[in-house]
Amino acid sequence: MAALTLIEALTQAMAHEMRADASVLVLGEDVGVNGGVFRATSGLIQEFGPERIIDTPLDETTIAGLAVGLAAQGMKPIAEAQFDGFMYPMVDHIICHAARMRNRTRGRLSCPMVLRVPWGGGIRAPEHHSEANESIFTNVPGLRVVIPSSPQRAYGLLLAAIRDPDPVIFFEPKRIYRQYKEEVPDDGEALPLDVCFVLRDGSDVTLVTWGSQVKETLEAAEALDKQGISAEVIDVATIKPLDFDTIHESVKKTGRCVIVHEAPRTAGFGAEIAAQLAEKAMFDLVAPVERVTGYDTHIPLFRLEMKYLPSVEKIIAAVKRTLAVS
Amino acid sequence: MGNAVRFEIDYLQYLDADGQLQNPDLPEFARDRAQLVGLYQEMLKVRCFDAKAVALQRTGKLGTYASCVGHEAAHVGIGSGMHIDDVLAPSYREYGAQFVRGVKPREVLLYWGGDERGSDFSGPAHDFAWCVPIGTQCLHAAGAAMAFKLRDEPRVAVACVGDGGSSKTDTNAAINAAGAYGLPFVLCIINNQWAISVPRDSQTGAETLAQKGLAGGLECLQVDGNDIIAVKAAVEFAVKRARHGHGGTVLELITYRLSDHTTADDARRYRDDEQVKQAWTREPVKRLKNYLMAKSWWSEQEEQDWIVHSNALADVEVDAYLATTVQPLESMFDYLYAEAPHDVAEQRAQALAWEKR
Repeated sequence: MAALTLIEALTQAMAHEMRADASVLVLGEDVGVNGGVFRATSGLIQEFGPERIIDTPLDETTIAGLAVGLAAQGMKPIAEAQFDGFMYPMVDHIICHAARMRNRTRGRLSCPMVLRVPWGGGIRAPEHHSEANESIFTNVPGLRVVIPSSPQRAYGLLLAAIRDPDPVIFFEPKRIYRQYKEEVPDDGEALPLDVCFVLRDGSDVTLVTWGSQVKETLEAAEALDKQGISAEVIDVATIKPLDFDTIHESVKKTGRCVIVHEAPRTAGFGAEIAAQLAEKAMFDLVAPVERVTGYDTHIPLFRLEMKYLPSVEKIIAAVKRTLAVS
Repeated sequence: MGNAVRFEIDYLQYLDADGQLQNPDLPEFARDRAQLVGLYQEMLKVRCFDAKAVALQRTGKLGTYASCVGHEAAHVGIGSGMHIDDVLAPSYREYGAQFVRGVKPREVLLYWGGDERGSDFSGPAHDFAWCVPIGTQCLHAAGAAMAFKLRDEPRVAVACVGDGGSSKTDTNAAINAAGAYGLPFVLCIINNQWAISVPRDSQTGAETLAQKGLAGGLECLQVDGNDIIAVKAAVEFAVKRARHGHGGTVLELITYRLSDHTTADDARRYRDDEQVKQAWTREPVKRLKNYLMAKSWWSEQEEQDWIVHSNALADVEVDAYLATTVQPLESMFDYLYAEAPHDVAEQRAQALAWEKR
């Protein structure tokens, strides 16, 4: 069993499902011989051929529209958007068709597709390559929205997404595609698409995050631990549907919650978590909820992008603000 | 200067506006009285249904409705040129094609009457539902065609779009993808001259809409869309080509929208009565009637009998639609996902509790 990076775990998951299910196929720009610009589909065309690893014309509308048609007619397409910032032409097909196909036909047709999207900032990429746009999709009924943060969870969640009978937007934290390796057995074991993962137990504060920011949040928890502050870290992983119960259980214990995400703050998904805390956990809280997020600006070009993104220091400062309330 | 490529777009017509035979090289089905009369009866049936539907809307018993009057040859021609295993990806007006494929008029009424069950129709379960955003259905058809090709199934995907829809990115993307992958795909551009208030000439500088297929490498043909013999022959030609692996086709079916865009529209704001009056002289039902009468394949008595029959059929459908009870509240939650996630289940319970308060 080899240790894999997050992106290698994604490749392993796709290969596993393509071997198990002849209706699974991959389509996108440069996914064939090139193996995808990030290499997520590297080697797949050699095993599965160009009929199932399909390079598309350079048009995101085409990718999304074909995927909807394929899915409605019995295939299980895994469509790849090359970058988060290029997925907007796909949105019509995702919102008007994929998300509502089952509902509007009362179940006669459905759309079991996965849209994989390399997501988020921090890789010194050109403009339009660094968006954290997940909250656009959490407001769309009929979708599931998933963002893994480790090789093992990437494998299990992508398997689940492919097997899911409904459309899944699968955001991939490109900044941590190759952050570290871990053992990822190719056992075909999927993870549930409706639970959060508690990555670290703690008693003083609950840190809630997803995607690339899991890295900074765990580092912040480590640093806080050295200062005698015990932080629980929750990787939301599937942000739609949200497993609020796991967050609530943690907050019952800690009384404090800091939400960390790199998307802009206003109407970012942290706002939904904060709203549910206000609705359901008001009396478990001993301090106001804090959000550490991107600013309500466009993510700057890369000379400034790290100033935009949440950081270990910003997270620690937010934790200390909540601890200052007694 | 040399020549990179030259192109021509053929035009297909058998019957002229008066129902006179212009092209004696008739396809087999048009030489058969029963088949041709059958097509005529379908067209007349659709027209009777359409008038009932408009009347229902005018009396407050139907929501906004998109009339199909004037499109009967195009629509029935498309439906009757396909196999049942093929997939139809309609826009939202092609009832004639759908009725031929088994969709019930009551289901059309349910859809426009505000009930999702209309799209869970009795036609082929694999056919796409109505598609309102314009043009997106073309790519879904291309995706369906891709599935057929990958699975080596001898099936064809047929999409319908309008002259306005021919301007959409999705329509052109579908043409492009169909050419790039050699898909069994047929695009019927039903050119009824009007995209709500914008006339055909404002959509594009191209001489024909059929030639939109050229840049994607598809076969292209312009057809008199008010001549059902031409439409059915063209669709059969295109579907056969596609089924045998020879690639996709774009058909431009030239017709005229004799009605408002929908019942919410008032076409008098933007087009001359004179133009509409002229268009009525080219309409498809009368044209075929003239031809059938001249051949003594149809009579005024049969005409009157069939109208009575069609109206009775439409009445049965209208009654069935009007008798349909409203879906239960929870239906808005029950088809969102194969299995409701906990948040949907929770809101479903809240909604039901509120109803029972």
